[in-house]
Amino acid sequence: MTKLAKWSVFCLGLVPFLTLLYGALSNTLGPDPADTLAAETGEWTFRFLLLSLAITPLRNIGSWPKLFPYRRTFGLFALFYASLHFVIYLVFLLQLRWSEISEDILERPYITVGFTAFLMLVVLGATSTKAMMKRMGRHWRQLHKLVYLINILGIIHLIWILRTDLTEAVFYASILLPLLAYRVYKYYARKAARQVSLSTPN
Amino acid sequence: MLIKSKSDILSSEITPESVYHDRRRFIAGSLGAAFGVATASLSGFASAADGDGLRAKAPTDLARSAPAPWWEEKFASISPAVKTGGFSTSEALTPYRDVISYNNFYEFGTDKGDPIANSKEFKVDPWSVAIEGEVEKPGVYTLEDILKPHVLEERIYRLRCVERWSMVVPWIGFSLADLIKRFQPTSKAKYVEFFTLLDPESMPGQRSRFTTISWPYREGLRMDEAMNPLTLLAVGVYGNYLPPQNGAPIRLIVPWKYGFKSIKSIVKIRFTETQPATSWNMLAANEYGFYANVNPEVHHPRWRQDMETRLPQTLFSSSRIETRPFNGYAEQVASLYKGMDLSKNY
Repeated sequence: MTKLAKWSVFCLGLVPFLTLLYGALSNTLGPDPADTLAAETGEWTFRFLLLSLAITPLRNIGSWPKLFPYRRTFGLFALFYASLHFVIYLVFLLQLRWSEISEDILERPYITVGFTAFLMLVVLGATSTKAMMKRMGRHWRQLHKLVYLINILGIIHLIWILRTDLTEAVFYASILLPLLAYRVYKYYARKAARQVSLSTPN
Repeated sequence: MLIKSKSDILSSEITPESVYHDRRRFIAGSLGAAFGVATASLSGFASAADGDGLRAKAPTDLARSAPAPWWEEKFASISPAVKTGGFSTSEALTPYRDVISYNNFYEFGTDKGDPIANSKEFKVDPWSVAIEGEVEKPGVYTLEDILKPHVLEERIYRLRCVERWSMVVPWIGFSLADLIKRFQPTSKAKYVEFFTLLDPESMPGQRSRFTTISWPYREGLRMDEAMNPLTLLAVGVYGNYLPPQNGAPIRLIVPWKYGFKSIKSIVKIRFTETQPATSWNMLAANEYGFYANVNPEVHHPRWRQDMETRLPQTLFSSSRIETRPFNGYAEQVASLYKGMDLSKNY
C-alpha cells in the first residue's frame, strides 16, 4: 500500500462527513436536519461495513493482496460513521434526555438492535490494532467474526426503520448475502480439505 | 461546533419562533425597527401586505399554476380563516418551501424528499371522485361538480405526524360535512371510507416490488368525525393550488388525528355500515389504530408521543414542544370520544 493510495482512501472516506458537516453548518439539510443526519450517517456505516467485508473475497478471488490493509481502514470508517450516528441520536434526536434512553434501548426493538450492533463495533474497533492482534492470537479472529453478526443486525435495524418499502434493505442484503455466502463456502472447503489430508495415507 | 450546551438551547428558546419562521414578518420587523415605526402598527402593516385577507400566500416563484381554467375562478374568492373555534391559530406558519418539500406520500417514495421529486408529471386534470355505498345520490362526479357549490376558505391547522414532527399549515378547502350533506347518506351510513388513486404508472411507490402496503391507500372516519366542522377537504395550500406531493387535487385534513389519517389524492368516498379497513392498521394493527387521535399519553411502539418537533428546526435551535391531547383541538372534538378508553381505541 503506497502512501498516496493510503491518504487518498482516507480523504475519500471523510468526504461524506465533510459534506454533511457543510450541510449542517449552512443549514441546507432540509427542515429536519437531525433526521437527515441520522439517516445519512447510518447509511454510510453500512456502506463501509460492506466494503470492509468485500476485501477478503477480492483479495482471494481477484488476487489483490494490496487491498488487504484497507479491510481495517474501512472497518474503522464504519465505526466512525456509526459513532456519529449514535452521537446524533443522543444529542439531536434524544436531545440528551437521559431518562428516556433506557426506555428507547429496551423497548424499541430497532434501537435495541442498532445499539447492540454499535457496541460490538466499538469492541472490534478497540481491538483492531496490530498489538491487540498479536496479544489475542487466534482469539482475535474468533472475536472479529462478530462483524458478520453486526452486518445482519444492521439489516434488521434498517428493515424496522423502513417499515413499508423494503427496497433499500433488499439492496444492501443482496450485497451482504454473497459476501456471507463466500465465508460459508470457504469454511466448508477448508473443512473438506482437512478431512482429505487426514484420511490420506502417508 | 456540533455539540451544544444546555444554555444554548435556552437562549434559542428566548428568540420567538415567529421571528425565526416568518421571513415576511421578520423583514417587516427589521424595516419597522430601522425606520422607527411603532411596533403597534406593524401587525396591521404585515396583514395588509398579505392581501385578500388571507394569512399567507405561496411565494410567486414557487406558486403552482391552475390545473384547469375553472380552478382560477374558484380560487379568485377565498374566505379568510375564521379566528375562533379552532379554525385558525396565531402560531408561526411552517414556511411554504418546507410544506411542499417535506412530505410523507409513499405513493411517490418513502423518503421525505421523494414526493416532490417524483410527482412532477402527476396529472390532476381531469379528475373525478366516485361516491358510493349508503347514499341517496351515488355516482362518479367530476372534480368541478364536487367543488361547484362550495366556497373555499382558509384554515390554519396544526399538522402532527405520528413520527413526532409537526407543522402549521394554511390550507384552502371546505368542510367535508357540507359535501356529505349533498349526497344524502342513508341511516345505515355509520362510517366514511376514502381511497387514494391507484395508478402504478404515475406513482412509483405503487410499482415497488418490495412494498408491504396493499395499494390503494385507504382511510376512514366515523360519521360524527366526518361531520365535525373541523374536518376539511383541502384543495389548496398557502392560497394556491395543492402541489401533487401535498395530495392534489383533493385531500382530507383531520387536524386532531395523526397525519396518516389525512388521506391524499382522493378518488373514492364510500359510506359504510361497518368500520372500514385502513392502510396502516392493516399493516401493523398494534402500532396504528383506527382512531389515531393525537394523544400524548399513549405512546406508539416506535416513538414517544408526549413531545414533537415543530418544523423547521435547525441543529442549533431546538423546536421541541409538548404535544397536546387531540393536537390542541380537545375543546372541539373531545366530546366525540366520551366514555371511550382511548388507550385501547388508539
